[in-house]
Amino acid sequence: MKYRSVFDIIGPVMVGPSSSHTAGAARIGLMAGKLFGRTPRLAHITFYGSFADTYRGHGTDVAIVGGIMGFDTFDLRIPQALDIAKERGIEVVFETSDALTDHPNTARVHLEDEDGTFEIVGISIGGGTIEITELNGFPLKLSGGGPALVVLHHDRFGAIAAVTGILARHELNIGHMEVSRHEKGKQALMAIEIDEHLSKDVLAEIERLPQIERVAIFGE
Amino acid sequence: MFKSVEELVRTATERGIPISEVMIEQEVHVRRSTREEVVGMMERNLEVMEEAVARALEGVTSVTGLTGNDAVLMTDYIRSGKSLAGDLILDAVAKAIGTNEVNAAMGRICATPTAGSAGVVPGTLFAVKERLEMDRDAMVRYLFTSGAFGFVVANNASISGAAGGCQAEVGSATGMAAAAIVEAAGGTPEQSATAFAIALKNMLGLVCDPVAGLVEVPCVKRNAMGGANAIVAADMALAGITSRIPCDEVISAMHEIGQMMPTALKETARGGLANTPTARRLERNIFGEKENVQK
Repeated sequence: MKYRSVFDIIGPVMVGPSSSHTAGAARIGLMAGKLFGRTPRLAHITFYGSFADTYRGHGTDVAIVGGIMGFDTFDLRIPQALDIAKERGIEVVFETSDALTDHPNTARVHLEDEDGTFEIVGISIGGGTIEITELNGFPLKLSGGGPALVVLHHDRFGAIAAVTGILARHELNIGHMEVSRHEKGKQALMAIEIDEHLSKDVLAEIERLPQIERVAIFGE
Repeated sequence: MFKSVEELVRTATERGIPISEVMIEQEVHVRRSTREEVVGMMERNLEVMEEAVARALEGVTSVTGLTGNDAVLMTDYIRSGKSLAGDLILDAVAKAIGTNEVNAAMGRICATPTAGSAGVVPGTLFAVKERLEMDRDAMVRYLFTSGAFGFVVANNASISGAAGGCQAEVGSATGMAAAAIVEAAGGTPEQSATAFAIALKNMLGLVCDPVAGLVEVPCVKRNAMGGANAIVAADMALAGITSRIPCDEVISAMHEIGQMMPTALKETARGGLANTPTARRLERNIFGEKENVQK
C-alpha cells in the first residue's frame, strides 16, 4: 500500500498552492539535499509531464529549490527560495523535458560542487507523498510496504555483511533487499526494506561504517 | 491496515466503534506511537485549518490577482439575511473558498487530501460544528473519519489531479467530508459509506483544467461546490437513502474514469477551461508570451 498514514491524507501542513506540485516537490528537494549532505554549487532540475507543463504556476520551482536548502513543506520562506538560493551561491538551472515517464509528476534533481555530484529522480504521487525511483543512476524498486533503508556504499567485500549485521544485532527483520552497482569496485547501492521502525541510532551506526558513503530512510 | 470501505465499515460496526476510532487505532499501530501523540498531531492540523479560515475572512488575494476576497463577499451575503440556499451550506461554501484562497496566495494550509482540494473538509467542519454541537474531540474525530475514507481512495484509486483529474481531488475530499458529517451527526458507519458514495458519484468525470496551470481557477469554486455537495449527500444518507452502487465500486469507477481521461484534462493546463480564449489571455498576462509558446 502506497499510503500508510492518515497524515498522508489529512496533511501535510504546507505552503500552497499544490500538495503534489509544491509540497511533493519540496520533499523531493529535501531528500536530494539531505542525501547530498552539503550546500551544492549547482542545482540542475529537470521537470517532466505535468511538472513540466505547470511548474511555474504551482511554485514547483521554488518548492524544490527550497527543499534542497532544507526548507520543509510548511516553511514560509519557500516563495522566496530562488532569491535565497542566489544569496547562498547556488546556481539553479531548470529544464523541461517532454520525455515520457511512468508518472506524470516526475523531477530529476542533479546537485554538484567541487567534491562531487549527486542525482535523484522523484515522483510526486498525490497529496504530498513522494517516491524516489532513481538514485545516482541506480533504479530503486521499493514495494512501499514498509520503511526502506537506502545505503550508498563502496563496492567492497564485507559492506553488505556489516550493514545487515547491525540490523541483526538490533533485531530488525529484512523483508526485501536489492543490491546494485554500475561497475565492479565503484559505488554501489543497497535498498533494504525493513519490517520494523528504524531508530536514528541504528542509522548513525550504519553511517559510521568505513565502506558507507550515505544512508537514508525512505517511506517513513 | 484496512483495504476497502467495506472492511472499514465492517470493523467499526462489529466492534461498535466509530470509523474515526478505527483510524486512530490503526495510526497508533502503524506509527508505534501513543493515542495522545496521534490525536495531538491531528489537533495541530486542525489549528492550521482554523488559522487559514481566519486569515481568509480578513481578505486575501493571490499573487496573480485571479482569486481572493470571495470568502468575505459570501460571509457578508450570509449576514445580509437574503440567502436562498441556507446559511449552513453557504457557511461551508465561504470557508471552503477561504481556505483555497489562502492556498492560492501561497499561505499555510493543511492538505485534505491535497492542497487544491483543501477547502472542502475544513469548510464543512466549521459550518456544521455549531449545529451538531461538536466539541474539540468531535472536531478532531471528524478529521480522522475523513482521513479513513481518503486513505482507501488513495490506496485503491488516486488522490492526484495529474493522475485522476479533479474527481480524484475535490471528488475525494467531498466524499470524505460527507462521510465525516454523517458520523458527527450520529449516523452509522454504513451511512457514512453511503454519503461518500453519493457525494463521489456526483463528482465522477470532473477534469483538472486549471487556468494557466495555477491552483486558482476553477479550483477555488470547485471546493465551494464540493462543500455544498458534501452536506447534501450527508443529509441524503441520514434520511435513509441508500446507494445502489457500493462505495468501493464507486471508488473503482473513479479510478477507471481517471485512467481513461485524456492527459490534456489532467493538470497539464492544455484542455478544458485552461484552453478557453479567456484563460489563454489571462495566462499571457501572467507569464508573458514566452511561457505560452512552450505549451
